[in-house]
Amino acid sequence: MQAETATGKTVPKPVQPTKTSKWAHTIKELKRNKHHYILMSPYMLIFFLFTVIPVVFSLCLSFFYFNMLEFPRFVGWQNYSRLFLNDDVFMIALKNTFMFAVITGPVSYIACFLFAWIINELSPKIRAVMTLIFYAPSISGNVFFIWLIVFSGDSYGYLNGFLIKYGLMLEPILWLTNEKYILPIVILVQLWLSLGTSFLAFIAGLQTIDQTLIEAGAVDGINNRWQELWFITLPSMRPQLLFGAVLQITGAFAVADISIALAGFPSVNYAAHTVVTHLMDFGSIRFEMGYASAIATVLFVIMIGTNMLTQKMLRKVGE
Amino acid sequence: MKMLAVLRTPKRLNRSFLVSFLLFALLALFGAFMAMPLIYAVNNAFKPLDELFIFPPRIFVHNPTLDNFFDLVAIMGNSWVPLTRYIANTVIITIIGTAGHILLASAAAYPLAKYRFLGSKTLFSIVVLSLMFSGHVTAIPNYMVMSWLGWINTHASIIVPSLAFPLGLFLMKQFMEQIPDALLEAAKIDGANEYRIFWSIVMPNVKPAWLTLMILQFPMLWGTDGGSFIYSENLKTLHYALGQITQGGIARAGVGAAVALILMVVPITLFIISQSSVIQTMATSGMKE
Repeated sequence: MQAETATGKTVPKPVQPTKTSKWAHTIKELKRNKHHYILMSPYMLIFFLFTVIPVVFSLCLSFFYFNMLEFPRFVGWQNYSRLFLNDDVFMIALKNTFMFAVITGPVSYIACFLFAWIINELSPKIRAVMTLIFYAPSISGNVFFIWLIVFSGDSYGYLNGFLIKYGLMLEPILWLTNEKYILPIVILVQLWLSLGTSFLAFIAGLQTIDQTLIEAGAVDGINNRWQELWFITLPSMRPQLLFGAVLQITGAFAVADISIALAGFPSVNYAAHTVVTHLMDFGSIRFEMGYASAIATVLFVIMIGTNMLTQKMLRKVGE
Repeated sequence: MKMLAVLRTPKRLNRSFLVSFLLFALLALFGAFMAMPLIYAVNNAFKPLDELFIFPPRIFVHNPTLDNFFDLVAIMGNSWVPLTRYIANTVIITIIGTAGHILLASAAAYPLAKYRFLGSKTLFSIVVLSLMFSGHVTAIPNYMVMSWLGWINTHASIIVPSLAFPLGLFLMKQFMEQIPDALLEAAKIDGANEYRIFWSIVMPNVKPAWLTLMILQFPMLWGTDGGSFIYSENLKTLHYALGQITQGGIARAGVGAAVALILMVVPITLFIISQSSVIQTMATSGMKE
């Protein structure tokens, strides 16, 4: 269109399909591919019902007051203004969530890559064993109860027991009810659990790197492993790095289960309160569904936003 | 010396022994940190009561015993809901949820991986986008959908949503893209329809991806406690039973350790069996630009 007006020439327009023939075309396309739609339909039906529709529904509900009993009442931006201006606990939750995300996100992401990278240089059998050791915590789910025993507040707790035995302190510390220690402990356990799917993706990605590329690099003057890492390994793995980042970021912002298991719900003085536990508080205890939906929407925006930003940054790796 | 021979992998260029040694020392150190709680969990299940409450606490068991497992059977035999019921619930949820997910995700992934048609790109973009937020965001509307469907207090409320987790579809689609088009063309010339191609050509060729979807889905369902959807005692899962037992206090600590071991061993064993397939599938997991 622009080119047309700039040159002043009248270019014969392509034949505009009329509305009916466009429809006919679409219907023909749909018919031609009907087997594909049939194959996809069970998955997509469930996916839309339990993922897409709830997200849209949640966005809409965040503008209403709704307590599950009365009919929803439209309140506009009121839920959001209350969230950011009148809810001190939400501010604590937001601060904690960012603390978790800023620490566990990058640390576990780098740890995933670093350990995968070292493991990749081992012989196949030892590689398999080390992969298992690092991946096992994230699939043995409930085992984080062990950390409760480690950080137990009496002298039978492992940490207290050892510290007292070696004379480093005299009195047991109440690790999980002391505001000072709760957050670091939850972060530590979260890190322990966080070498999951992206760790496996990195191991796999490293194994698929073309060895001839490394040899060619050596000929071109790469003479240590750090240069090899930056100029060959990382750029070759960009697709896996992007994928891993998505999983790690999403996980880092969704901390809740571990906080609840270790620090209780609500934790002492909200020391380990996160956006997700705040959401649970209003959603399943106070039944303020509209307000809880506003919390969910804020979390949704934060997660998607951070992911988009990180994707943009990672595309520059090795360039 | 044999240990150190591991470090010398001859095919690799540009490696200095010292840096390798330091890196592997780092790996070993963190490996010990990762493994310690698991080793402890295994040991704990075999500890007699006096070793569980010893001061200072110790990690390794000295006089292993199977008493904790016998106690578990005895306690659960006397309880209102028998242990077998919790196990059956967990097994039902896990097997249907995992098998169904593999089937549904594969069926949806095949057209997305191999064809372009109206809406295919958009649908896949939505799936990728949904990888970027966690399920907590949709917890509340999900509850409403469940109650609207009348699924509260049924196993369907756990099973059905798990059938359509986005990660499974994503990995399956990436893996299916490797299947050569010529194979599908050949089948088409031989007169197979789409369903036939999917079932007898595509599915057997993506077995490594089945195992991967299994190892991602299984631990999640195996460890579910029913969440906010299941309230009846006789519909609850093994993980929930574990929670009840450990809340029982000191006398039950050994039994709790035994249940924890049972819960932990199954997914880890599955991973050991499927490891190489999982790595093979993950190699295709990247996000293209």
